[in-house]
Amino acid sequence: MTVFCLVEVDGGVVDASLRALTLARGVAAQAGAGLAAVVFGEPPADDLAAYGVDDVYAVSGIDGYAPRAWGRALAALADGASAVVAAGTDRGNEVLAHVGAITGLPMAANCVAVSAGSGGSFEIVRQRWAGLLLEEAVLDAPMALLTAATDAGAAAPADAPGSAVAHQVAASPTGDDLVVRAAEAPAGAGGASLASARVVVGGGRGVGSADGFGPLDELASLLGGVVGVSRVVTSEGWRPHTQQVGQTGTKITPDLYLACGISGAIQHIAGCAGAKHIIAINTDPAAPMMARADYAVVGDLHEVIPALVEALRDRS
Amino acid sequence: MDVLVCVKRVPTVGGAITVAADGLSVDTRMSGFTISPHEECAVEEAVRLVERFGGSVTVVTLGPAEAEEQLRSCLALGASAAVLLETPAGAEFGPAATAAALHSVAGDGGFDLVLLGNEAADTGDYQVGIRLAHLLGWPVATGIKALTVDDEGTSAAARREYRGVAETYSLPLPCVLTVREGINLPRYPSLPGRLRAKRAVISRVPVSPVAGAGLRTTALRVPAAARREATVLGHGVDAVPALVSVLAELGVLS
Repeated sequence: MTVFCLVEVDGGVVDASLRALTLARGVAAQAGAGLAAVVFGEPPADDLAAYGVDDVYAVSGIDGYAPRAWGRALAALADGASAVVAAGTDRGNEVLAHVGAITGLPMAANCVAVSAGSGGSFEIVRQRWAGLLLEEAVLDAPMALLTAATDAGAAAPADAPGSAVAHQVAASPTGDDLVVRAAEAPAGAGGASLASARVVVGGGRGVGSADGFGPLDELASLLGGVVGVSRVVTSEGWRPHTQQVGQTGTKITPDLYLACGISGAIQHIAGCAGAKHIIAINTDPAAPMMARADYAVVGDLHEVIPALVEALRDRS
Repeated sequence: MDVLVCVKRVPTVGGAITVAADGLSVDTRMSGFTISPHEECAVEEAVRLVERFGGSVTVVTLGPAEAEEQLRSCLALGASAAVLLETPAGAEFGPAATAAALHSVAGDGGFDLVLLGNEAADTGDYQVGIRLAHLLGWPVATGIKALTVDDEGTSAAARREYRGVAETYSLPLPCVLTVREGINLPRYPSLPGRLRAKRAVISRVPVSPVAGAGLRTTALRVPAAARREATVLGHGVDAVPALVSVLAELGVLS
């Protein structure tokens, strides 16, 4: 038996796929199955071995990202497997949903834990409401289709590296599978790097205006990070929607989230709960964001941020 | 152009989500109901297309009798017809069953385009649109944040961003698109729109649950450790030196 994991590569293995590999390795261990990685493109064999991958399938024959064709190739490769895992990213969820539609099997999105249940079933815990709620469920299917939440659990290499034996696979997509494919171009500044930024400087209603973001932009650039915003900021048109952090925006997983003038509605918390550390700056010490933070500064961001920028400039 | 928009009635979530006594549903005694922001944008996008090309916007939902309320809200925003696929009280429909039910409407309406939200706000399954597209045999693109339809109304350029890259998908119509908030800024319902919505006749079609859904919910719970113990670094600009030390400690200063 084998557990297959779709691995996204962007230079190296992307962080969300490392989490997916970690989850898949756990499923494989419980099922007494091997762990296989599927990569559309050039597989980084060393990274995959470190995560305990036994077999690496490099799929060729599909030019660029074509979701249904990827799903078709993955479904063919994984025929008879005990589980197929992908990251809970736009691409991971999309490709696995195609696998679900092609095979007629159920799919559980954004899982945070999976264990073997009775009679070949799987007991899973998955995110609902973008992670504000957890669902415990039993998945009863000959092959489990699972995506791993991008902002829960940690990516951990295996205790012992896998052999990562390389296999070449030529996909044979139908014409229909290739109708929808991504034409890629560099995106404008903004939401682009938000999901993978190490530092995010967040601004909310307290910023007050589009112009009010000047000091936050400067702080973000001093910290090598990007600006993220709450929903009210995009509704007001102060910043583009690509920068929105939250349930209907981007989920972030930075080392540091510095939330300025953000009250902390739960839809926003859903987007930033995966941050390793949170610092909140708010005039209201009772703001929900302050209770979610590791460090809090009670004060007006319009005074604190310029002073912080100045202090950081003096330092360098 | 005839557009079908699929929406879902979900609880309006304010300060916190609470699980009901049955352990299997969200406590809605203190909340109202709504559709997700993604879906509001889907309705708006459909109305704009019909304003440009002529045609109709049909809005459909799979839900309990009370979901009529959400359909009327969509009618007030400019939809021209509404279909309620009425489920028995308390019945659960998984993503595959939902797609099958929606297919019964989408499959014989002569629609040029079917729009859904990228994911349901409550269950977050991320798959109904794709399953529906497979049932229809139509192309599908998901997570769309910008849509351009050519002047002939025969093809669409749909855009999303992924890991710093703008992805553009060219699709022939008819097709299925799942959209995200940010694709447009939805309008507020007009007074005439609201009056029209109030009087509109909604088609009701009873739907029975399907056995063997595959994924069976056993419990819902609020995740632990959502709250952190905040160390207050100080007040106003006096807190800046402490703030700098914390940033240094966290290793984010170069």
